[in-house]
Amino acid sequence: MTFTVNALFFAAYRDLVGTGSISVELREGATVSDLVGELRGRGAPFDVLPEEPAVAVNQTYAFMDEVLGSDDEVAFIPPVAGG
Amino acid sequence: MIYASVVEGVIEPTELLARVGDRADGAAILFLGVVRDHADGRPVDGMRYDAYVEMAEGVLSQIASEAAERLGTDRVAVVHRTGELEIGDVSVAIAVSSPHRAEAYDASRYVIEEIKKRLPVWKKEHYTDGTAEWVEGTVPPGTAGRASTNAVEGAS
Repeated sequence: MTFTVNALFFAAYRDLVGTGSISVELREGATVSDLVGELRGRGAPFDVLPEEPAVAVNQTYAFMDEVLGSDDEVAFIPPVAGG
Repeated sequence: MIYASVVEGVIEPTELLARVGDRADGAAILFLGVVRDHADGRPVDGMRYDAYVEMAEGVLSQIASEAAERLGTDRVAVVHRTGELEIGDVSVAIAVSSPHRAEAYDASRYVIEEIKKRLPVWKKEHYTDGTAEWVEGTVPPGTAGRASTNAVEGAS
């Protein structure tokens, strides 16, 4: 069984990977860590993403071991600089 | 009332200030974050703010609620701008009112400090020599992110 999530990239990450969002297919039970591994494993330009980036799952900050579900929105969050 | 918003248009500080205030309040303060003309000694002529808008509005609202809890009342209003800003433009405004000044200052300070720590907003400085760089930021708490930004060096 597989499912898809929507990966979002902002600011510096968006510049690096050249897109704001992509759909990624994952195996059931996959975590944020698996998503990062899947993307980095694709090689350029995704291999420039950190191994342990800050992420938000469905708009809430999350850790790498969070289990993902169908249609989850997973945002890669570069260090923030508001204000 | 709590008010939190992320906007593309110009921030009107007096409108924000009008959102707080009460007959019981003896203090109202307005903080403005403004784009300045230099960063680490380099001349700057503008700034672009990007945001994860949907999440940023939620986080900003959460921060305002936490500040209100500290204040013991609920009169906190905050707005953050996105897009291209020029020198002197207001990037963030925070209005707070309370019966006495101490709580208002504390709550206002809390809001801006938490924005810096965890609001999903990024800024790119445009330098007068024509180059531009994302400002090195802060890793939000509650994530696995590391302080190092090595992976994003060279981004422009």
